Amino acid sequence: MIAVENINVGQQVGFGIIALMMIVGAIRVVTNKNVVHAALWLVVVLAGAAAQYLLLAAEFVAVTQVLVYIGAVMVLFLFGTMLTRSKVGNDENLDNRNGAMIGIPVALLLLGTLTYGLLKTYKAERLPLKNTPFNIQQLSDSIFSHYLLPFWALSFVLLAAVIGAIVLARRD
Amino acid sequence: MLAADPLFFRGLSLAVVVIVIVKVLIVFVVGLVATMFMVWFERKIISGMQNRVGPNKAGPWGLLQTLADGIKLFFKEDLVPERADSFVFKLAPFLAFVPAFLVWCVIPLGGDFSNGRGGLVTIAGHRTLVQLADPPIGILLVLMLSSIAVYGIMLAGWSSGSKYPLLGSVRASAQMVSYEAALGLSIGSVLLVAGTLSTNGIVIAQNTISRWHIIATGVVPFVIFVIAGTAELNRPPFDLVEAESELVSGFNTEYSSLRFALFYLAEFMNTVTMSAIIVTLFLGGPQPITIGDTTLNLHLGPFSGTVWFLLKLFIFLYMYVWLRATLPRLRYDQLMNLGWKVLIPIALGWFMLLAALRVARDEGWNRVVVGVVCAVVLAFSYLLLTAAVRTSSKNREKEGAMF
Repeated sequence: MIAVENINVGQQVGFGIIALMMIVGAIRVVTNKNVVHAALWLVVVLAGAAAQYLLLAAEFVAVTQVLVYIGAVMVLFLFGTMLTRSKVGNDENLDNRNGAMIGIPVALLLLGTLTYGLLKTYKAERLPLKNTPFNIQQLSDSIFSHYLLPFWALSFVLLAAVIGAIVLARRD
Repeated sequence: MLAADPLFFRGLSLAVVVIVIVKVLIVFVVGLVATMFMVWFERKIISGMQNRVGPNKAGPWGLLQTLADGIKLFFKEDLVPERADSFVFKLAPFLAFVPAFLVWCVIPLGGDFSNGRGGLVTIAGHRTLVQLADPPIGILLVLMLSSIAVYGIMLAGWSSGSKYPLLGSVRASAQMVSYEAALGLSIGSVLLVAGTLSTNGIVIAQNTISRWHIIATGVVPFVIFVIAGTAELNRPPFDLVEAESELVSGFNTEYSSLRFALFYLAEFMNTVTMSAIIVTLFLGGPQPITIGDTTLNLHLGPFSGTVWFLLKLFIFLYMYVWLRATLPRLRYDQLMNLGWKVLIPIALGWFMLLAALRVARDEGWNRVVVGVVCAVVLAFSYLLLTAAVRTSSKNREKEGAMF
């Protein structure tokens, strides 16, 4: 690996540090007994993902990650937690003891599938080191031409979620 | 699309590094001084409106009052409540303070926008923008930081381990999340007209007064942005977060000393920051007033951009103070109704209208027909929305009061 030319050392080091941070964060999410602390560790993991996108010069994706996951999803999550249980401190029932039996195999399966998929698809292909200036226009062009159908499908998922929320909240 | 700062085109040299450091210092100092000034400005203007004298002892016209208050707060005892979550309690003020600062990085503070120069000035042989950074994602960064600022307030209330701060922060996060949607949608209208996300590009697009986005987007997004921005700042008339009569002081009740000072500074800095964002998005930032071909020239050379920016900024600073001095606080249900049932639908409808007109222009369709079709669709949506609201409120009445 070291002998490979065209390797961006700074990027690799950055990746390593952020990945380590994300792993620690992810472990703390599941082991923490305090539900708000667990949520904050999850914020660390999500922010780490955004930082990884930044390292790949995909700033639009990074900002979207922060806006959607940290700015909306986690805020709503914390908001819900505050409304329902305002207790500061640890919650002994938070740990799901039998969870490891299911959780670890599922995690390994996911890792295996992702690794297999990535290696199979891209083989030895790498991102070009000489990064061309990233352009949001190019991104939007490809979303609204090549990937229009997945984009629509995604919108329908969101629509279904909205309708589901209304159905749950309605009382009549 | 012009995006990157030409400062770095010829590689890094000592001069470039020095210019960047000076810029960072300027942004930092401008942020702090502007905040200190804003506190004084607000107190002075409000006292004038209420027929009082206001701060007048420390320094000329009481200008150093904020500094004195800051020093006083610095020497106060730093309390952490026994039932508080100590780490989060200490973290929260910084989460509120840092995003307020960072927004200044992407705001054009000046520069020469005449004759298509795009805000570039020449310092020591290097052409550069009078803003710290001009990333292609520009305005999205502002939205991102404002969504992070929610954490500071939310966690401050939760970690205090006391009831009033918790209620305050629950109110705050609901309010900020709700109004962020309207804020984002009205920014969408601006982006549609400007065609770029970069703040420098947005300012460049507004080179004459008829192309200022306040006019080019048809005033509605501007009004929505100002209202939603005020709510996002938790300023009167949307200051339910710290409604004294109900919540003592809201999320920052348990804070003292330097941590309280940080919240206080963040609040005032956010006011200045939001005004600066409004000026950048809708009033052409550092662009001079240009009607047709005639430009109002201030004859200040390279500083005229900054002076224009400050002049426009003052309009909004004054407006925010004025609002605080005159308007009573909204009730909570009024606040939520305004956000969800008025601002978001209008912003969405207006965005659709602008987008349709844009497509009509590009495709060469008849704009009147497109406008009429859009108006019909909007009217239909309005009727549908009012019907839905009426039905749901009737059902709620049938069930009786919920809380």
